[in-house]
Amino acid sequence: MIQFIVHDEDDSVGVVTVEGLKANDTLKGWIMDQDVLIDIKINQDIPIGHKLAIKNLDKDDTVIKYGVDIGKTISKIAVGDHLHVHNVKTKRW
Amino acid sequence: MINLNQKIYGYRRDNNRVGIRNYVVILPVDDISNAACEAVSNNIKGTIALPHPYGRLQFGEDLDLHFRTMIGTGANPNVAAVVVIGIEPDWTQKIVDGIAATGKPVQGFSIEKKGDIQTIADASKAAYDMVHYASGLQREECDIGEIWVSTKCGESDTTSGFGSNPTVGNAFDKLYEKESTLLFGETSEVTGGEHLIKERCANDAVADQFMFMFNRYQDMIERFKTDDLSESQPTKGNIEGGLTTIEEKALGNITKIGKKCVVDGVLDKAEMPTSKGLWFMDSSSAAAEMVTLCAASGYVAHFFPTGQGNIIGNPILPVIKICANPRTLRTMSEHVDVDVTGLLNRDINLDEAGDMLLESLIHTSNGRMTAAEILGHQEFVLTRLYESA
Repeated sequence: MIQFIVHDEDDSVGVVTVEGLKANDTLKGWIMDQDVLIDIKINQDIPIGHKLAIKNLDKDDTVIKYGVDIGKTISKIAVGDHLHVHNVKTKRW
Repeated sequence: MINLNQKIYGYRRDNNRVGIRNYVVILPVDDISNAACEAVSNNIKGTIALPHPYGRLQFGEDLDLHFRTMIGTGANPNVAAVVVIGIEPDWTQKIVDGIAATGKPVQGFSIEKKGDIQTIADASKAAYDMVHYASGLQREECDIGEIWVSTKCGESDTTSGFGSNPTVGNAFDKLYEKESTLLFGETSEVTGGEHLIKERCANDAVADQFMFMFNRYQDMIERFKTDDLSESQPTKGNIEGGLTTIEEKALGNITKIGKKCVVDGVLDKAEMPTSKGLWFMDSSSAAAEMVTLCAASGYVAHFFPTGQGNIIGNPILPVIKICANPRTLRTMSEHVDVDVTGLLNRDINLDEAGDMLLESLIHTSNGRMTAAEILGHQEFVLTRLYESA
């Protein structure tokens, strides 16, 4: 059972695709473009549709999804962390 | 694999455009004519009134857009005949003349020097004849490529980017090969992916027109914004669904134009395409405004992918909803026409999902009602450019 999806292996993030995942769960992920499976342990509860980091990121790093820049980090983010508006902001507007 | 050479059954209009619905519309020129239009629609069964809040003291480009939207709505091939009612004769006649160019029956009525009651009586008689005319028309064989299809997504989330949006992209790629006339837009919601659309334009002239529209919208946002728009782009619903930034939203959004389609031309709001292919229309990203503009541009079917569950419909343009979010399917499935949740656990692939959507397009074109039609969603929302005079 796939629990998160990554568009491309170079992306910084994956997206949770099932409901009810809790901190310390180890999730089964699918990297679509390369069609490979990976496992990652999450550090917080993550709702369906929300992102987990699949790479370690420093403050002010660029976040990559679809192989493209989707914004910058405003704090350090570790593999398995919930990545969302509390630690990532737009570079536009 | 779906057979896109099969015939569909639509209404061929005098201008040779194909409609998939057959409405008799009672169209108000302005806000104060809504009451008369609704009264006519109540008197004469088989008609639909399209009340709206504008049409008085508009000027310049904003007024031009009002006329384009009114004329385009009446001219849409899903409409068989139109009664136009306005307070004054001149603007009423201008809209009547615009719609009459399609060859369909249209008649205008103005309320001044007559009052509501007499106007309603006169317009009801005209509407009565139009319903007789429209209900006597038969569907006939048409090609799928004759069905103009527009797209816009709403209440998007991260599943939109994996599932429902690329499903539309897959279907668009297949329709493009059938020489369909296709449309996308949502100018603010390509922010972060504008370079990708520019690369997809047919030539430098089209790319320049696209960037002109994109920069014009960015300038407007810069002029009026008070923060980074994190309250409205992405929306609260987008953020609840896991989308973090406008860039992330845009990249998911852009998957709606598939991998092979070329952007053949660029339109201003409510302008009509002049040839086949994929068109970008400068437009608001608010669902009802954008879909209303698509209808005014002459589109007769609409693909609307959603993640968190946008429930929009349109009075004359059937809106087909596609969703890949299992929670949305669990909680509000009555709003979804095409369930592509199987994409998220590899039960189906994108090619199969695209075919499911095209199957739904064929059924809808042949007359089956969409979720939004059955639930009575008829959002008719006009775009304004600035204040009235």
